[in-house]
Amino acid sequence: MLISTKAKFFLPLGARRSTVTRLRAEQRGFAQVTGPETIPEENDRPFTIPLAEESFQTYNLDPPPYFVETTKNQLKQLYRDMIVIRRMELGADQLYKERKIRGFCHLSTGQEAVAVGIEHAISKEDKLITAYRSHGFTYMRGGTIRSIIGELLGCRDGIAHGKGGSMHMYSKSYFGGNGIVGANVPLRAGIALAQQYDETGNVTINLYGDGAANQGQVHEAFNMAKLWNLPVIFGCENNKYGMGTSDKRASAMTEYYKRGQYIPGLRIDGMDVLAVLTAVKHGRDFVKRGNGPLVYEYVTYRFAGHSMSDPGIAYRSRAELQKTRENDPLTNLKMKLVDWGIITEDEAKAIEKEVRRFVNEEVENAKQMPAPEASLDVLFEDIYVPGSEPSQRRGRTVDETWC
Amino acid sequence: MASSRNSLRSLARAPRRFYSGAPTPAAKLNLPIDYKTTPILHHTAASLSSTSEYPAGATSKRLNLYQAINSAMRTALSKSDRTIVFGEDVGFGGVFRCSMDLQTEFGSDRVFNTPLTEQGIAGFAIGAAAEGMKPIAEIQFADYVFPAFDQIVNEAAKFRYREGGTGINVGGLVIRMPCGAVGHGALYHSQSPESLFAHIPGLRVVMPRSPAQAKGLLLSSIFEHNDPVLFMEPKILYRAAVEYVPNEYYTIPLSKAEVIKPGKDLTIISYGQPLYLCSSAISAIEKTMPGVNVELIDLRTIYPWDRQTVINSVKKTGRAIVVHESMINYGVGAEVASTIQESAFLRLEAPVKRVAGWSTHTGLSYEQFILPDVARIYDAIKQTLEY
Repeated sequence: MLISTKAKFFLPLGARRSTVTRLRAEQRGFAQVTGPETIPEENDRPFTIPLAEESFQTYNLDPPPYFVETTKNQLKQLYRDMIVIRRMELGADQLYKERKIRGFCHLSTGQEAVAVGIEHAISKEDKLITAYRSHGFTYMRGGTIRSIIGELLGCRDGIAHGKGGSMHMYSKSYFGGNGIVGANVPLRAGIALAQQYDETGNVTINLYGDGAANQGQVHEAFNMAKLWNLPVIFGCENNKYGMGTSDKRASAMTEYYKRGQYIPGLRIDGMDVLAVLTAVKHGRDFVKRGNGPLVYEYVTYRFAGHSMSDPGIAYRSRAELQKTRENDPLTNLKMKLVDWGIITEDEAKAIEKEVRRFVNEEVENAKQMPAPEASLDVLFEDIYVPGSEPSQRRGRTVDETWC
Repeated sequence: MASSRNSLRSLARAPRRFYSGAPTPAAKLNLPIDYKTTPILHHTAASLSSTSEYPAGATSKRLNLYQAINSAMRTALSKSDRTIVFGEDVGFGGVFRCSMDLQTEFGSDRVFNTPLTEQGIAGFAIGAAAEGMKPIAEIQFADYVFPAFDQIVNEAAKFRYREGGTGINVGGLVIRMPCGAVGHGALYHSQSPESLFAHIPGLRVVMPRSPAQAKGLLLSSIFEHNDPVLFMEPKILYRAAVEYVPNEYYTIPLSKAEVIKPGKDLTIISYGQPLYLCSSAISAIEKTMPGVNVELIDLRTIYPWDRQTVINSVKKTGRAIVVHESMINYGVGAEVASTIQESAFLRLEAPVKRVAGWSTHTGLSYEQFILPDVARIYDAIKQTLEY
């Protein structure tokens, strides 16, 4: 296996951090000066876009190519998908504040590039599982906005029949969010085992957070995946904070892409959807060739608090938040597209306007969904054989039971 | 303008949603619990000081449950420098604010955050306790305790049993965790796994009903036992339950139940939040069936539990109901009911009833239908009395 590592890799820890920070701040400027050489007129004609040099850091792995082949159509779709997720999260935010959504609700604003970049790099037959910050992934895996918002509202027509809420949404090839930190990781290794056994030739994308990276079962899954050469890309979505505790306070080693030790790793600029797309495509090919698992780290940032009850400012400074907001994945992509002349400002505005209308309409539809029916069939479904529900309920009036 | 029109329209057409605590107009029994008047709590300092378990003549202060837990941990940290407090986000006060300001007062070497690593937290705490520390470990939600199950069951519970002649034990180890439903916690923020731990000899499982109880029981768990304690705090009471709590150090014995309302016709055995529901049901039945007098017992320690107090009561009343929030199957109710029929069979006038959560998962929209409510308890009392 080739080892390709950037020179800055060998700098002392403090120096390297500050270098990365500085490079990150300059990144947008960097990207602006290196646009694609030729942009075709046609929307569906492939052309090549270079990636910023800071997009990747490798661990025992050849880096992905520093360019991405794409089309105008795909670039516009990437932009649209990210705005849809942003608008959907803002819609959920509003419904929560109106006290229509109750309970737990974790928003992914700031992290859209990860969900969107991954989905554009894999096929619908590849499997994906993530943790509790799952709304964006659910949408990208094919969940409709109305079914996601409907779930948050606890409706029967929600994607999990109102049983799950924010953290528990499922669709085809998507094994959901998971409320237990780290619990999804070994589960995903099992999905990869089944894929290997069935020789499907597909890969499993296995996401968890920087907080979950310290759970023992994550490391148990690493070992099994490497031992049996499973087709899985572990992915640490490093948004820098496990709830209110920063990664540096919780992790002895914050280079999560090296945490697989014996598994090659890649750190990716998770604020650049094109970098995510390229990295996952590259990793998917690597895994499909039978090379075994990978450990990816998507470096991102959560703009909102951990959940709705966390304003997200007690443990990080407003200055830090402000600075990271300047590195918004949506703006990053839009600026590039406009600078390169792939879309105009007006076209970007038109996309935003259309998305706003679309999401609002979907949210309205979700708000009109009926509340769950008060019937025993619904309450005990998926637990009891119909007809064998507890007999203790007999002889009770509807008013007593359902009030 | 358009948006305000939209929101008006949606208000008019909005489907009616029932969340718990929102009774229908027809409801007579399942009304929200009035924590300001419930007889379960000490609403005056005088009522507190008239109770024999609390220190006589002590000054007291009105605290809610999380403040009482905070006060107990502050007392423990002051009393012994062997006491340490840790868990996920505990340094900032924890998600329910139980450890507010403790890091500032006692320093980050005694009150600190851990990584998200429940198995590690439990194992780490057990090791520290074996070396004579008094670790108070917080599991952020009881639903998250399961990665630590191995450490608790195979290490903590068996420590004193397997120590040979060394005399080592893990007394002083307390694993605190918020438990129970609040109405919208869904699958992983609603569970009450007390019966899973109550199956294991070597553990003590405690669930307080109120702030003053919580402080005394927590201090007792830390300082008065050589067993590891699982201390389960009904999280719905963190803010809702407010009462007078003594300011100073005091303990309430573990494994000792309390008769919180004496009666002669029927015994209800419960613990934690459902005691408030039982209390409401009892006052309703005593109104509608004059002359009936129901006894209410708080187990307080779920394991090892106070059989004598329960048996004495049932021998007197001849009727018993066990009420708990967690699922009915293989629950605490089964153990209590079985013990009652073994020890008081000839005195029983009716089968022992269980009112508990149904055996299903707590889906987001379905919590209120699954948990025991006042109407179900009322119904059970009526059926048992009329058996």
